[in-house]
Parts: sequence; C-alpha cells; structure tokens
Amino acid sequence: MTDLTKLSAAALADKLAAREVSSVEATQAHLDRIAAVDADVHAFLHVNEHALDAAADIDRRRAAGDHLGPLAGVPLAIKDVLVTTDMPSTSGSRILDGYMSPYDATVVARSRAAGLVPLGKTNMDEFAMGSSTEHSAYGPTRNPWDLTRIPGGSGGGSAAAVAAFEAPLALGSDTGGSIRQPAHVTGTVGIKPTYGGVSRYGAIALASSLDQVGPVTRTVLDAGLLHDVIGGHDPHDSTSLAHDWPSFADAAREGADGQVLKGLKVGVIRELPDSGFQAGVSESFRAALAAMEAQGAEIVEISAPHFEYGVAAYYLILPAEASSNLAKFDSVRFGLRVDVPGGTVEDVMAKTRDAGFGDEVKRRIILGTYALSAGYYDAYYGSAQKVRTLIQRDFAEAFAQVDVIATPSAPTTAFRLGEKIDDPLQMYLNDVTTIPANLAGVPGISIPSGLASEDGLPVGIQFLAPAHEDARLYRVGAALEALLVDSWGGQLLDRAPMLEKAPELGANGGAR
Amino acid sequence: MSEITPDLVRHLGVLARIQLSDEEVERLTGQLDAIVDNIAKVSEVATPDVAATSHPIPLENVFRPDVPGDLLTPAQVLQNAPDAADGRFRVTAILGEEQ
Amino acid sequence: MAKDKLMDFDEALERFEPVLGFEVHVELNTETKMFSAAANPANSANHEAGPNTLVAPVDMGLPGALPVVNETAVRYSISLGLALGCSIAPSSRFARKNYFYPDLGKNYQISQYDEPIAFEGSVDIELADGEIVTVPIERAHMEEDAGKLTHVGGSTGRIQGAEYSLVDYNRAGVPLVEIVTKPIFGAEHRAPEIAKAYVATIRDIVISLGISEARMERGNLRCDANVSLRPRGQEKLGTRTETKNVNSMRSVERAVRYEIQRQAAILAAGGTITQETRHWHEDTGTTSPGRPKSDADDYRYFPEPDLLPVAPSIELIEELRAALPEPPAARRRRLKTEWGFTDLEFQDAANSGILPEIEATVAAGASPATARKWWTGEIARIAKVQGREASELATPADVAALQALVDAGTLTDKLARQVLEGVIAGEGSPQEVVDARGLAVVSDDGALIGAIDEALASQPDVLAKIRDGKVQAAGAVIGAVMKAMKGQADAARVRELVLERASATDA
Ligand SMILES: [Mg+2]
Ligand SMILES: [Zn+2]
Repeated sequence: MTDLTKLSAAALADKLAAREVSSVEATQAHLDRIAAVDADVHAFLHVNEHALDAAADIDRRRAAGDHLGPLAGVPLAIKDVLVTTDMPSTSGSRILDGYMSPYDATVVARSRAAGLVPLGKTNMDEFAMGSSTEHSAYGPTRNPWDLTRIPGGSGGGSAAAVAAFEAPLALGSDTGGSIRQPAHVTGTVGIKPTYGGVSRYGAIALASSLDQVGPVTRTVLDAGLLHDVIGGHDPHDSTSLAHDWPSFADAAREGADGQVLKGLKVGVIRELPDSGFQAGVSESFRAALAAMEAQGAEIVEISAPHFEYGVAAYYLILPAEASSNLAKFDSVRFGLRVDVPGGTVEDVMAKTRDAGFGDEVKRRIILGTYALSAGYYDAYYGSAQKVRTLIQRDFAEAFAQVDVIATPSAPTTAFRLGEKIDDPLQMYLNDVTTIPANLAGVPGISIPSGLASEDGLPVGIQFLAPAHEDARLYRVGAALEALLVDSWGGQLLDRAPMLEKAPELGANGGAR
Repeated sequence: MSEITPDLVRHLGVLARIQLSDEEVERLTGQLDAIVDNIAKVSEVATPDVAATSHPIPLENVFRPDVPGDLLTPAQVLQNAPDAADGRFRVTAILGEEQ
Repeated sequence: MAKDKLMDFDEALERFEPVLGFEVHVELNTETKMFSAAANPANSANHEAGPNTLVAPVDMGLPGALPVVNETAVRYSISLGLALGCSIAPSSRFARKNYFYPDLGKNYQISQYDEPIAFEGSVDIELADGEIVTVPIERAHMEEDAGKLTHVGGSTGRIQGAEYSLVDYNRAGVPLVEIVTKPIFGAEHRAPEIAKAYVATIRDIVISLGISEARMERGNLRCDANVSLRPRGQEKLGTRTETKNVNSMRSVERAVRYEIQRQAAILAAGGTITQETRHWHEDTGTTSPGRPKSDADDYRYFPEPDLLPVAPSIELIEELRAALPEPPAARRRRLKTEWGFTDLEFQDAANSGILPEIEATVAAGASPATARKWWTGEIARIAKVQGREASELATPADVAALQALVDAGTLTDKLARQVLEGVIAGEGSPQEVVDARGLAVVSDDGALIGAIDEALASQPDVLAKIRDGKVQAAGAVIGAVMKAMKGQADAARVRELVLERASATDA
C-alpha cells in the first residue's frame, strides 16, 4: 500500500491542488491497491479501464490552469446501483449482466463534472436487497477487517472499497440502512441525506419513496466534500428538493473543533431494547455518548413508541414498491432473455425473471405483490403508510426536545458470511435502527465509535437530525470523530489488517 | 398464522410474471408465512384517524416545462435489446390482449 | 368463428332497455410527452417520426429513469375537465397500474386512480333532430399512452397466429386524458345515435380547446363503448361488454347497435352475457370476444412514489375557466348564424361531424358556403365510397387552399375535384398536385388562340354562322377547344376569344 491510498480524500485533494501529486499517480496507486487486495475483498464488480485517461485529463486541465473543483483528480468508487455510460451497471443482478446505460446517473454526471475519477463499480446485494452483500449475483464482498465476515449491505462493496483503501471515496445508496450499516461494520463513515437532498435519477430504483444516494468515506469531512458535489436540486427527479443547502464540507470543518458539543442535546430512544444488541456494540455506544457528555453535550431520553413498527412497515413498503419497480426487467428492452421454444412472450418473461432474479429478490417481489393485491392493500400497504405518519410524529416530538438522536448504527458487529443467509427474518432485523430515518425521510450518519470488546470488530454510532438539517450531522459527526480519533491516537481503520498478503483464504471472485 | 398458501404463492407468481418451481413455491410459502406474521402488526396502530404518508417530504405541483429534450438516439434505444428488427424490439408472439 | 345471432333492432328495444357508458381516451397535442421531454408523436409536428425515434429513458423504462409531469398537459387536462363541467380536484395524484405487457416500458402505467384531476360533470350533446341529451361524466383523469405493437407473420396479421411482434415506444408516454361517463339511462332507440353524437361532441370540445389533433384514424381519440341490456321493468343492471378502441364516429354508432342486437338475441334465447372486452371489426361490422375479466386484472394500484400530488390553485383554475371556448351547443348556434346556413344545411354538416373542419376551413380563408360545399359534397362522397370519415381525408388547410385556387381562376370546379382526389391519395398539397399533374387552367391566350383557330378552320360552316351574327353557334367551337385543352381552359375566356377570332380571321 502506498501513502497515496492511505490519505483522506481531503488530504489527497490538497496534494493534487498543490501539484505535489498528479491524478494519474493517485489513480494508479488505487488501481494497484485494487489489483493487490480485491481478489480477496471483492469490492468491485468492474474496474474502469478508462480511469487513467480520466485522471490524465484532469491533470491536463489543471496544468492548463482550468478552474477545478476541490475534489478534482480524486478517485471515486461507484455503487453498481448507479447507471454509468462507460461501465456496465448490473445492480448486483444476473438479469442486468453486461447492461450498458445510455445515460449517466445525475450523481455520476456531477462527480465527473467535478473532476472525480471513476475507479469502478462496487458490489452490492442484488437490487440493494440485503444487509450483507451475500445476495449479489456475482459473489459476496468480504469485510476487510475479517475476510470471513460480511461487509454489511446492500452497499458492502462501497464500504469495503474505502475500508480496504481501494478508494478514498465511494457512492452508496440507502433504502433502509444500506449506507450506514456497512459503514458500521467496516469502520467507515456513511451518510443518508434528507430524502430529496440528492438526486435519485439514474439510481436503479429499489423503493422509490425510501431510496437515497449518499457518500461513503473514511472521514466526515470527506463525506461533506462528496455530498457538496452530488447534492442539490435535479429537475429529472420530481422528489428532489429545491432547497438552498449549505456546504457540508464547511459544516464538517466547523464541527471538528468540538465547540458544537457544548450544550448539544442528544436524544437516546427509551424504547430501543438493550436485548438484541451485542454487548460490545452497546458498550461502544455508551462510551461515545460519555465522551460527548464530557464535552458538554446533554443526553436526553426521548420516546419513539412507533419505531418498533418500523421494520414491519418497511418490509411492506419496500417489497410493494420494489415489485413494481422491478417489473421493467422483462426481457423485452434490455437485460437477460431466456427463450422458451414455442412459448408466448408471457412465458419468456416469466422464465427470464425466474432465472434472472435471485431468491431474496423473488421473495420480496412476491411479498410486495401480495401486499398490494386486491383485498390486502388496506391491511398491509395502507397500514404501513400510516405507520410512516406515526414515525414522523415520533421524530417531530423528539426533535422538539433534542438536536440530534443517537443510536448504535446496527445491533451487532459484522457477522460471518452465511450465518443469516437462510433466515430472512433475522437478516431483516439488522436494519432496526436505520429504517426509521428512511421511513420519515430524515438524514442519518454513521461514524465509527470504536471496536467491540468481545470480537475487536468495528462499531458505528448513528446520529439522526430533522429533515433538511444534514449540516447538523456533519458538525456533530466531525466533532465526535475528532474526539475519538484523538483518543485512539489515529484513525480506527489504521488498526484494520493491511491485507497486503491475503490470509489463508483463497482468491474468490475479485474484480472482473 | 397468516393465509399464505401454495396456491396463493403460485397466483402471486403469475401476477409478478415469475415462473416459480414447485420447490420454490413450497419454500416461499413457509418463508412468506413467517414474514407476514411479523409484519401484519402494522395494522395494530394504523387506526382510521391516522393519515397515510406516501412521500416522506411533502411536496406538490412539481412540473416540467413542455420543452423537448432528453431524446435517445435509435441506436441508444436499441443498444441493450435482446432482439430487434426494423428499428424495433422483437418479441415472440403475444397471446394476451392490450389493456 | 361462428356468426353472432342478432335480434332485429326495434324488437330488441321493445324487450330490453340499453344502458350505455363510454371511456374516451384523448391524446393531448403537447410538445412533449406526459412524463418525459421526448417530442410527442400526437403533435402534428412529429407524425412522420420513424420507430423508436421519440424515446426518452423513462418512456422505455430504462433502469434509473424517473418521470416528471408535463405542466402543459396538466393545464390541458384541467381545461378539458372544466369544459366537461367537472369539478377540479384541489389535490389529485398519480397511481401505478401494474400489469405486464410488452408495449408498456415499465410494466406499469402511470395513471390516476382514486384521486382523478376532474370529476362529476356533464356534457350536452345535440342529436340530428336538434334534441339535446345530457351525458353525465364520472371523471376525467390523466395518464400515459402505451407503445405500439406490430404483429408479424401468421395469416391474419393480428395477434392470433402471429410469429413475432415488434415494439415501438414512440407512443409510450403520450399524454392522455381518459373521460369516463356514468351509466347513461334512457337512451332507448337513440342509443347508437347518442354514442356517435357523444364522441362527436368530445371531439368538438377538444378541438375547440386546441388540446388534441383529435384525428380518430390516428388514434388521437379512442372510444371504448360499454353496452348492457336489462329486461323492461328490471332494476338491476345487466352484464356489460366493453368494445375497445372504436376508431371512428360511424363505427361507434354501428358497434353500439351491433352489441344491442347481439346481446338481445342471447338474452332472449335464455343465455347470459359474459363480462368481457370485445373487438370491433370495421370490415365486417361485427364485434368479437376479447379477454374475459380474470384474476389477472388485479392491477395492484398504489400511489406513484416518483410523483407528487397535483394541487392546482384556485387562481389557475379560474384563469383556465375564463379562457374556455364557448360550449358546443352555444357554438353551434353562433356558427349557424355566422355562416348563414339554412337549418337543413347546418344539420347536414353537424350530423356529418365536420363542423370543426368547416370552421377551420373558414378560418383558413374559404367562404362558409364553399367550405360547406367541399366537406358535405365531394369529400363526404369520397368518404362514403372509401368507408372512412371525411375528416380523415383532407385537412381544412388543404380545402381552403383548393378553394383559393378555384377563386383565382387557376382551377375550374371540375379540375378542383381532380386535385382533391390527388390530395386524398396523398400526392401532397393542392398546389403540389396541380404542379405534378399539370392540372392548372390554361390561361395563356396564345395556346387558346392556336386551338381556336384550328377549330374554326376545321368547321368553316360554324365560322360562317358566327360571322352572320348567330353567336349561339359558337358552342360547337368552344366544345372542341375545351376538348383539345383537356378541360384545362376557362370556358368563359374561350368563348370571348372564339367570338374575337371569328370576326378577325379572314378565312
Ligand atoms: Mg379504461
Ligand atoms: Zn385509460
């Protein structure tokens, strides 16, 4: 590993701006790192063969004195849920094997325009359905902290890529925790912005009213820098907010001095049971709160009585919307086609969808079809939408008392590959703390809070803020991050295995 | 117990255009039954006085001016086509009827 | 397919009461589609587009694409709702109607379900004898059209027996307003006429609003006709059939008549009507069964999460209301006065459903009398021969241009009819047909004089008579000249010249 891959995006950007290093050098360093470790980690589904050309272009423009954005020349990994014109976009599914989009997702177009260098497409649970990246049709991604464990999901590839120093920055998408839960299990930073804060145009839809694209990074400042690039109103997305967003990088810089913690009211949810949470996760969470309290933050117990219905509502709304969103994969216009000799187009569609979708996708499509069926709508989908209202009310009441809400980002540290794969219900509970933010549309951030005492694996703390108050998360997140990094004597990820030489595990998958 | 039966799962497969094998039907019946038992609890608190929320951030009247743009070239339209002829997508014969 | 038994229409009406209902789909002529910025093929500017050339990502359901509502389509829909006497919903929303079909890029149609933009209205329609019937409107809602399938192979070119189908997504996403009536009671023996007059009235309305090309043969206006019968004295409604996509006013009339006769025969024989969609066959004048209602009709509607409610302000609604054209009945009264037609002339034009064409032709510069003459005369005659609607055959602009050529003396009436044939045959505008066929009146005196001198020389007896002052004898020479000029001469001018030459020539 070279020093260039160890740098934060902000530090690398400074060196690029000062012309101490070129984007070609930075990009090459990350490509080398991918070549060295991705056979084991399998964070990437595709590595961009044009990455060095894009980097050289930025170097040329810099040499020519062009005005470049703050992240120009910094490499970026892109979750495969986002469509790209120069790389396949599969959303982790066999049904989209080799699919080439004729247009770029808005966040990708904005990243390119800002001079970021797309490194490749990262692995994910098929159509973002999962919490472990084991549901990828292209094989699982492995957690850089322990290659026998899951990297979280659905954005396990993006989280593992930044955790393994294969990329300084990545894009993710979060429908029920797919940015924040992988951040938690990989010791990285992930933000789900306010719903509508970042365009969904070109993000292959899972559940339209829940999906949100966001940054996946190693530091809060890096997340803010990337959020500044991808965020803001997009006329191609009707649900995109025409809001005057502040600079999130500035918010992170402001937060880093810790002043924001003085008098900050931090809500903790009374109803979140201690049971179900791994002891080391709860310990790390309480220690982080204590550190904040020591800096003048006030911990306030709040009540969110309807959060316990969140998972149930989520597993009705998501499958319902997904069953409709995934209907377009029918063998007619793009994607897989399985021919049925002598069959009708209906037979071909049904056979293709059977062959092209994995078990979890089929399970959720069937569940969603059921939830929307005549006679069931009111009891299921309709009721779930009401739970959404109740959870929004819980948030409104809580935010009348506190500035942010804090929870552990997920109940457990990274579990072992295969451990929960046959138990969908158990898998669904991984998202218990992250789901309420998606249902209510509020922003959430996960930053590392430490390592669990019993297994030495990363734990994340989640902060939630009212809608439109993403900047508050960057301030608070950066403040706590500074405190913790100081107490650890360096980044948490400095303690992760270096993966230079792969352990006994053989290469499995790897970048294609 | 919920009312998930193999016949219902098979019917849902037809609606969702997924050709489920008997083995899949059986497995899904059990799994969906357990899942539905768990998620059905939403109706406990979804009383008539509570309004439904379909969009997390309430907005309205989001419109686009009636100005042309965003056109794909015919080559782009067909670039991923599993089968095409005469500038159009080709599919095997259709039995059903237009809605 | 076995031939349907039909009951005599009058007998059917004696025994059963018909109840009607209509769903009319209107394609709006906005610049762009309902949910994408792709150019709209239902706008006349884009008629000639090749397959899959008017497609944006969302129209073909590309992964990641999102819909955005066309503001003009919303305004048009509100205007149409107001013209139908509807209330405009303070808040309406879109829903997804989920079903798989290859012409549907996303495999769901974005439509409106429980919250349409317009509801509860009525329209007055005028029958041939001037009687006014009020048709109750249930709702008008916004939605998108589907793409187009072409069935290839097999014997019939229809779905049945086709080897494969080709899909073109140009039409996918064209803005539609679907107008749904309430059940129409009391139509009785006028049911077929009411059907036709209703569609004609909707067509009048959308044309006067300027929101649709309203060409039925192009599918800009499509009617699904629901017909049910109930025995006299029975309260409960009978089972209805829905005859889909009937593409002319004449066919709507025929289809309703046919269904009444067909259903009556079945019911009278003790049979039951199947609730089903039916297809109209223009060639045989019959309907045939489509698909019965089934479990697969579970459309799993839910609010479209990619779109937000449409909540027009009172100000916008009132602005659009103030801009509404006059209602059809009032408009008819005004046009009749303005045009100076007799009752008979006006009813004749109105019943042919070509008032909009006459109006547009007058607007394009023709006199009302000449406009009426063309539309109810030669064009109507050809339409009848071809079994098509007069409005399909020519545009008002063409007719006005044709009449202008007559007025300028470039064409005689007879030549103009030939030019019209060329226009209808698709040879281009009247001027283009004149040029291509060389049909203009020969007004060059030189050419005429040559022909006249020749004719006079070959008929010396006639020449002598003319010189003797027997001017009526000139007719024979004029006929010969007109024949020599293949009719492309102005007879009056020929006459003048014949007399002139007869006295000048020293034969
Ligand atoms: Mg309909
Ligand atoms: Zn419709």
